[in-house]
Amino acid sequence: MPMVEVAGKSFEVDEEGYLTNLNDWNQDIAVYLAQEEKVEMTENHWDVVNFLREYYDEYQIAPAVRVLTKAVAKKLGPEKGNNKYLYELFPYGPAKQACKIAGLPKPTGCI
Amino acid sequence: MSDMMDDMEEGGEGVVKKFMFVNRKAPHGTIYALEGLEVVLISAAFDQDVSMVFVDDGVYELIKGVNTKGIEVKDFSKTYRALEGYDIEKLYVEKASMDARGLTQDDLIVDVTVLDSAEMANLMAEQDVVISY
Amino acid sequence: MLHIVNKSATERNSLESALRMVTKGSAVLLIEDAVYAATQGSVAAAKIQSAMADVQIYALGPDLDARGMSSRVLDGVKVVDYSGFVDLVTEHNSCQSWL
Repeated sequence: MPMVEVAGKSFEVDEEGYLTNLNDWNQDIAVYLAQEEKVEMTENHWDVVNFLREYYDEYQIAPAVRVLTKAVAKKLGPEKGNNKYLYELFPYGPAKQACKIAGLPKPTGCI
Repeated sequence: MSDMMDDMEEGGEGVVKKFMFVNRKAPHGTIYALEGLEVVLISAAFDQDVSMVFVDDGVYELIKGVNTKGIEVKDFSKTYRALEGYDIEKLYVEKASMDARGLTQDDLIVDVTVLDSAEMANLMAEQDVVISY
Repeated sequence: MLHIVNKSATERNSLESALRMVTKGSAVLLIEDAVYAATQGSVAAAKIQSAMADVQIYALGPDLDARGMSSRVLDGVKVVDYSGFVDLVTEHNSCQSWL
């Protein structure tokens, strides 16, 4: 498995760049993973990433896009809980990119 | 889950079939329970009429108060609580299976409908597809 | 002899077979899905209870925890952790795993 060094600490990622160990995650690593995805983290990005961390902690899975959208709408409001908004933040797919930045495993069923 | 699944969902035609997933295995001794749950989560993307059934040792999948730290595996009992968000709300357990294990609905992590064996048999008979683990 | 059983007694007959072969002074250790047999209300509990007249029954704690069964263990069943598991193996001349 490849190792990456961020802020003086090294951690393991898989072949596709997903963090191997959920507990290694911190904000520095999130910023690094975002850079790899060419995503510049704003407060709106953090809201989604933190939401995903909480969702994972509660249910032990990364949600499907439509489940994420629905849950974000409930938590952060309908202006954020829609596909257009989430795809603007994460152009290559909120499930794939935001999960990666949040340090979660690759979502179930993702090909 | 995948962005691709959502694309398929949007492009799909509206044929809705009755799918039943039958869970008969205890959670950690084999991989069936976890794999079966993942199949259900993926199937949710296809907007079908999905029922989940728990019989025999399968009822052990829904026990609350689980702590998997000692055996160092994921506690996927929490994931059953996510099913509602995936619009999978038809969960059934067989009364005889619960009785044989000294379990009641209060021991379970999600809301379920308890059926007697005849009711379960009828529910099973009216499905288009039954997938059993 | 330490008999180690890892299959659910409500799915396979390995516990039943193991209990048929135990002799006085031997011990039975339930691990993985076999721990369900040592819980209150299970149909398999009676088999454990009658076996306890002759042998000591142990159950592995981490496996009980992972199955949400720690608070339901039958009286008389001793719960052991991983080092207790190792102790049991070393205390007995031989082990049999009823896979």
